Amino acid sequence: MAERFVFPIDAALAQRLLGFALERGGEYADLYFEYRQGADFVLEEERVKTVGRGVTMGLGVRVLRGDATGYAYTEELSFERMAQAARTAAQIASGGPTVAPVDVAVATGAPSFYPVELPTLEAAPEGKLELLRRADRAARASDPRIVKVEASLTEEVKDVLVITSDGIFVEDRQPLMRFGVRAVAEDGTKRQSGSSGGGGRFGLEYFGAGPDDARSPEAHGREAARVALAMLDARDAPAGEMEVVLAPGDSGILLHEAIGHGLEADFARKRTSNYSDRIGERVASDLCTVVDDGTIGHSRGSINVDDEGQVGQKNVLIEGGRLVDYMHDRLSARHFRRGPSGNGRRQSFRHMPLPRMTNTCLLAGPHGPDEILASVKRGVLAKRFSGGQVNISNGDFVFSLTEGYLIEDGRITAPLKGVNLIGNGPDVLTKVTMLGADFALSDGIWTCGKDGQSVPVGVGTPTVKIAAITVGGTRAS
Amino acid sequence: MSHGSQRDVVADLVDIAARTVELARKAGAEVAEALVRDGSELTVKVRLGETELVKEAASRALGLRVFAHGRAAVTYTSDFGAAALASFARSTVELARLAEPDECNLPPAADELAQAPLPDLDLWDERTLAVDAAWAIREATRGEAAARAADARVTNSDGGTFSRTAGASAFATSAGFAGGYRGTYSALSVEPLAEDEGGKKRTGSYWTAARHLAELEDAEQVGLEATRRTLAKLGARKIDTCEAPVVFDPDAARGLLREFFGVTTGAAFYRKSSYLVGQEGQVVASPLLTIVDEPLLPRGPGSRPYDGDGLPSRRNVVVDAGRLTTVLCDLYSARKLGRRSTGSAARGVGGSPGPSASNLVLQPGTATREEIVRGAGRGLYVTELMGFGFNAVTGDFSRGASGFWIEGGELTYPVTEVTISANFADLWRNLDAVGCDVDRRSSLVCPTLRVARMMIAGR
Repeated sequence: MAERFVFPIDAALAQRLLGFALERGGEYADLYFEYRQGADFVLEEERVKTVGRGVTMGLGVRVLRGDATGYAYTEELSFERMAQAARTAAQIASGGPTVAPVDVAVATGAPSFYPVELPTLEAAPEGKLELLRRADRAARASDPRIVKVEASLTEEVKDVLVITSDGIFVEDRQPLMRFGVRAVAEDGTKRQSGSSGGGGRFGLEYFGAGPDDARSPEAHGREAARVALAMLDARDAPAGEMEVVLAPGDSGILLHEAIGHGLEADFARKRTSNYSDRIGERVASDLCTVVDDGTIGHSRGSINVDDEGQVGQKNVLIEGGRLVDYMHDRLSARHFRRGPSGNGRRQSFRHMPLPRMTNTCLLAGPHGPDEILASVKRGVLAKRFSGGQVNISNGDFVFSLTEGYLIEDGRITAPLKGVNLIGNGPDVLTKVTMLGADFALSDGIWTCGKDGQSVPVGVGTPTVKIAAITVGGTRAS
Repeated sequence: MSHGSQRDVVADLVDIAARTVELARKAGAEVAEALVRDGSELTVKVRLGETELVKEAASRALGLRVFAHGRAAVTYTSDFGAAALASFARSTVELARLAEPDECNLPPAADELAQAPLPDLDLWDERTLAVDAAWAIREATRGEAAARAADARVTNSDGGTFSRTAGASAFATSAGFAGGYRGTYSALSVEPLAEDEGGKKRTGSYWTAARHLAELEDAEQVGLEATRRTLAKLGARKIDTCEAPVVFDPDAARGLLREFFGVTTGAAFYRKSSYLVGQEGQVVASPLLTIVDEPLLPRGPGSRPYDGDGLPSRRNVVVDAGRLTTVLCDLYSARKLGRRSTGSAARGVGGSPGPSASNLVLQPGTATREEIVRGAGRGLYVTELMGFGFNAVTGDFSRGASGFWIEGGELTYPVTEVTISANFADLWRNLDAVGCDVDRRSSLVCPTLRVARMMIAGR
């Protein structure tokens, strides 16, 4: 298991396959080889009930002509099957001059934003089972009202090799792990659940040295129990527009939905986003600087190279409230006549690349978190979320709160039942009136879906105050 | 793999599944279950009259679950070579030693298994299989062109997409089940884009889908309907926070039905992850609500001749006139709850079986859509739900919504950027109208619904 998979391909074979891909008149072609090993362990009712493991591998071939894409893939890496996939993708072009691929050669190596000596996938399994048990015991020990605990560890190692007709030949090894705990608390007829999780491109060092570490299995177990217990007393959330304070870290989900997707340049290229044709315009309050950063060490959304072979980058999207840049894949970068931004990502060899976020962050501002809370007359503090969604065309977005509190006269007064918050992308960031100095990155749990493709991402924010956003509670305020 | 002789493909897959089960048994498994899938896909997208994407590929995968010394492991691979499968089976058995025994995790008894001949549900269509890229491009082009030509206010487009899949699935178990089936599915969607006077973009898509190509709606009609829906959203605005009746268009009502199904499964019950725990046999909804799971519907998008445990598929009445009558179970959750499976297991290649709906049908009522809107008087007509705001444990439901404001029993202006909220226990009890319309495009079959009152949060 520890041996690295070696793709059955060299420069000469790649050259031949790219030749097939371009034989009908395509302008550009690339080959994406993927070897993915995955495993998962689930503990439920104090037992590790099932362990899972699997391998997928394959080759995706893409051919571009103008804005058109031909795509084919194969799971069998025999010469015949790979050649067939290349010729199937070639059909997007029909006739026209044939471009020969440039000589491909092994590149000078990618950067390393996530050096991992031993991916968790390759670590001895017995130790990993113990991680689940530790989390389970800690959650149960927190309170007798904790009646159910589930813990899981999901891990993968993805080896990729990208070869392009303009000469890129680059490999990357992408380890990824995610640990999660869910607890159910019961008190009389009241029942609630809470969860906690984290991970990233780490080995077992993620969990720290001992049970007191902030990312230990015990810490996640206790945190899941704490949320479930806190929510037992949750009251109906208010309905209507009000002030909302976002806690640091996971609140970046708002950023991801409200503005991130709209800045993916495929939408800008097609003019289907509310942020199309708005470079240079003010789209946020001047407190706001937003970056998409694929280079953050070990973060879930980091990439040494993207899935088109471009090196991961840190890109400033909004600076002091002004829109400065979009995130690009190869197609959109060519359309806007600019270089790559390192955002061409795909779920697997079965999918074509799209402009996607990596780790999207709202940078720290000048205010103290206590100062921000104290400034709120009546509002909601948002701490944990189950997800979000955006309508790209009109900019409406939602995010779903699973742990929130009522703020009255600058103080937290009561836990609130889960609610949806809804806003409009181009509008909401203009209403950021205070920004904390306490920036935090989310602890690797987020997966982003677009066009049926899922990729791991990171988000980050400091404490944020939004002057008005609609809170979807059940109680008229 | 060629699809020239599909019946042979099913037989071949059953054979691979059965051989894999045998290999696992030889490697020391007491119980082995293998699921094999093989399929092809074609997707084309046309935008502004130009072909933007042609994607074509075949794919296959094998999933194996074994029990060794009462311990379970689940693995998957796409390498079907004889030597590779043997080594795969051995390593799966080896992996199982890591798990802990679970007395509920046992295979079905032989007499519970689905028996040959399996029902033929008419899920396969040769014409769908025969769709090639050129034909698909023509249909996507027709759909998009009709949408763009329909009105000058359509200034842009997110394109027309045609996709088709054709595939076969086989399942074999050491308990004695061996069977397979095949199916086709195709879909066309069109998404035009128009702009408000203020420059805000609005899209409203429409789609058609079916197991058999002949049942697809005409591409031009799909395009026209997409444009109608898009233009209707121009000028959408936020409304004031209020409590009012809410009518759900079938597209939005499906979202309610999906969440409701999630809290009626055996898995949710034994995990105590449903607000309905302890309410089996009780009235949990309005007498207007009857929900039936129908796995044996001919040509149904969610139809299946047997379930993911190899048990025969059967019709189950989940809610009967408001009473929760059946908790849908796979074998495992049934054992956890001390009862028999309802034949409702679904299994993916990389996972363990779990309860899942097949074709979940909310039985139509008698009212027309117009009558339902008229009866609302003043309220919100919801065409689209957004987000994930549902707490299964408590039943608290809160979602983003858009649609139209109802005034004087008629749809008036379009509404956007609001949320609707209620606890599911109240929402389903306050269901006061069920439409007579039937929309069979999806495996969630749901008519127009009206809820007497919900909290709408806006300005």
